[in-house]
Amino acid sequence: MTRRGVAKPLACLASAIIASAVLAACGGSSEGSGPQELTFFVAIQPGGTIEETVARCSKESGGKYTITPEFLPNDASQAREQLVRRLGAKDSSIDVIGLDVILTSEFANAGWIEPWKGKRKEQATKDVFPSVVETATFEKELYAAPFNTNTQLLWYRKDLVPKPPQTWDQMIEAAEGLKEAGTIQVQAERYEGYTVLVNALIESAGTEILSGPEAVDLEQKPTEEALAVIGKLAHSSAAAPNLSTSNEDSARLGFEAGESAFMVNYTFAFASAKEEAPEINKEMGAAPFPRVNGNPAKPPLGGFNLAVSSYSSHKKEAFEAAACLSGEKSERTAVELDGLPPSHENLYSGKVVRKAYPGFAGLVKESIEAAGPRPTSPAYQDVTSALQRTLHPPDKIDPEDTEGIYEELKSNLEEAVKREGLL
Amino acid sequence: MEASAQRAPRKVSSRTRSERKLAWMLCAPAVLAMLAVTAYPIGYAVVLSLQKIDLRFPEQTEFVGLANYGTVLSSELWWTDVFNTVVIMVVSVAIELVLGMVIALVMHRAIFARGAVRTVVLIPYGIITVVAAFAWQFAFASDSGFVNNLPLVPDEMNWFGGHISSLAVIILAEIWKTTPFMALLLLAGLVTIDEGLYEAARVDGASAWQRFVRITLPLMKPAILVAVLFRTLEAFRVFDSIFIMTRGAQNTESVSILGFNQLINRLNLGLGSAVSVLIFLFVLVIAFIFVKGFGVKAEEGRPGG
Repeated sequence: MTRRGVAKPLACLASAIIASAVLAACGGSSEGSGPQELTFFVAIQPGGTIEETVARCSKESGGKYTITPEFLPNDASQAREQLVRRLGAKDSSIDVIGLDVILTSEFANAGWIEPWKGKRKEQATKDVFPSVVETATFEKELYAAPFNTNTQLLWYRKDLVPKPPQTWDQMIEAAEGLKEAGTIQVQAERYEGYTVLVNALIESAGTEILSGPEAVDLEQKPTEEALAVIGKLAHSSAAAPNLSTSNEDSARLGFEAGESAFMVNYTFAFASAKEEAPEINKEMGAAPFPRVNGNPAKPPLGGFNLAVSSYSSHKKEAFEAAACLSGEKSERTAVELDGLPPSHENLYSGKVVRKAYPGFAGLVKESIEAAGPRPTSPAYQDVTSALQRTLHPPDKIDPEDTEGIYEELKSNLEEAVKREGLL
Repeated sequence: MEASAQRAPRKVSSRTRSERKLAWMLCAPAVLAMLAVTAYPIGYAVVLSLQKIDLRFPEQTEFVGLANYGTVLSSELWWTDVFNTVVIMVVSVAIELVLGMVIALVMHRAIFARGAVRTVVLIPYGIITVVAAFAWQFAFASDSGFVNNLPLVPDEMNWFGGHISSLAVIILAEIWKTTPFMALLLLAGLVTIDEGLYEAARVDGASAWQRFVRITLPLMKPAILVAVLFRTLEAFRVFDSIFIMTRGAQNTESVSILGFNQLINRLNLGLGSAVSVLIFLFVLVIAFIFVKGFGVKAEEGRPGG
């Protein structure tokens, strides 16, 4: 008797709680009860691009959706770790993803992001650089709308160097000959930026890391030439003292401090120097990314494309939001506030881009067109880890004898594309 | 005695039986919680370690038996990382033991402000490891750290650019962080030693060193072994400092970082779980050596045990 007496009110209470939860859930997504809330996972941009585009697109949707940004770390690997952890667990709280160009194959292959088809695809790729569209494509399907792209230039000190060098050898020689600031700033910490550098050198030497998702290319002669450049720099007085722990930020800091006459870095470095070191910025020249040998240079290609998560429960709205967030208007905001190069070719003749890149807007455009993107593979993470492990620290490469390290790199990568072995 | 106690249940009264039942019911929640949070994850890791399973390739999951263990144990990288881990473990625990002993003696003999001294000594242990690791990383950074501005340190020293120097900073951070823990465990052993023994030794003309070696050390042996065991097990799992300072570059990788790379970075749950299970087995072996080899009894971490 007593038990029953207690059970009934308890059951009522429980069903009331469940009912209210269900009602609340329904209320959130039912039509006409306010805009749909979308979450946008994206790397933080210090200039405020994301905040501004998110606010504009929410407003332009006319009450259809509001977008809340969730910021990821600026470090590519750390941002990826957060994303894959959520997507691996089928987290439905992600709607739109700011996807680093290298992640397309991995995410598409795993079924984490939705393909863009028909009219959506047409709109997302109109006037976009073909090299950039390629970074958002996996097995001939488009998986993300290009947002900003990025490329590296050679930055040099006009007061110290009369004419910018065209090859890495020339640059190392020129730096060694300087009495002051005789170093070159690069990115050679054991992280994604080192892969960016190595890939640019290998591509420029005339070969490529992968020729297919599971096929290692790495023709011997050009690869050894590229490796020799890294070894030569690492063993030269032109290497910055922090070479093996250098990244985009330490490179910029070294250049701004007047320690280096040369730096390869993304376009943000110009705006940063203007702010932090106006004296250096006045003497800051831009030139094409250096070549390795007689072949044309293949500068790095970075940037973000916007993808829709397969686990989003509001894909239709998410596609619309991603289209807006990646559109030309947003790219203008990105170049204005954060100096990020647009992926639409037609913007480069416009005022906004020319103001952000005074005197070198054309150079940025050419660099993007000539770029040699990093390899694409669903096992990209294994490939890049194996490459970094094999070639780091840079001074382990003997510029005079690169055969051993070449063989090691090739066999490690062959294991990595098959996702075998420890990394 | 024991034998009769075992036979006893046949004759137990109904009251004893109901008390036993009550005891089991009181234990049950704790046992269930332990099963849920300890046994289940460990068992699941073992199951995963027997499969080829990669979150990036969900369709290609298959049972592969012990193949993952074969891959790990035949990998040069695994043994390099085991060696690194053991170096970090041995060096940091050895230095911590000496420093911890000194600090414990000071805390024990402190005449005034005992509570304050003990609290102050404990501060590093109270700081989150990741925060401490960042603090040390900034201190040793080649561009903005203060260490390179100290006398006798070359201005352009790149601490995280070399194997030995990176390891040294990592070990320093570990020592700074966990010496207080060691000191506290040692102090607990120290306070239980009868003062009378020292007085007697003093009357017999023993020097301070002799009193330390002949009285303090032997009587503290159980406490020392427990302290060293705890710290050794903890040091074998070193992760945070390395993750923050080098992310494993310059050959500073520990086995925990290796496991993290397979699990979180590559999403290769099979290989990663195999690494985790092996770490678990190593920890078991270390504990076994301490318990069987040196006769540590955790519940008797004090003299007279």
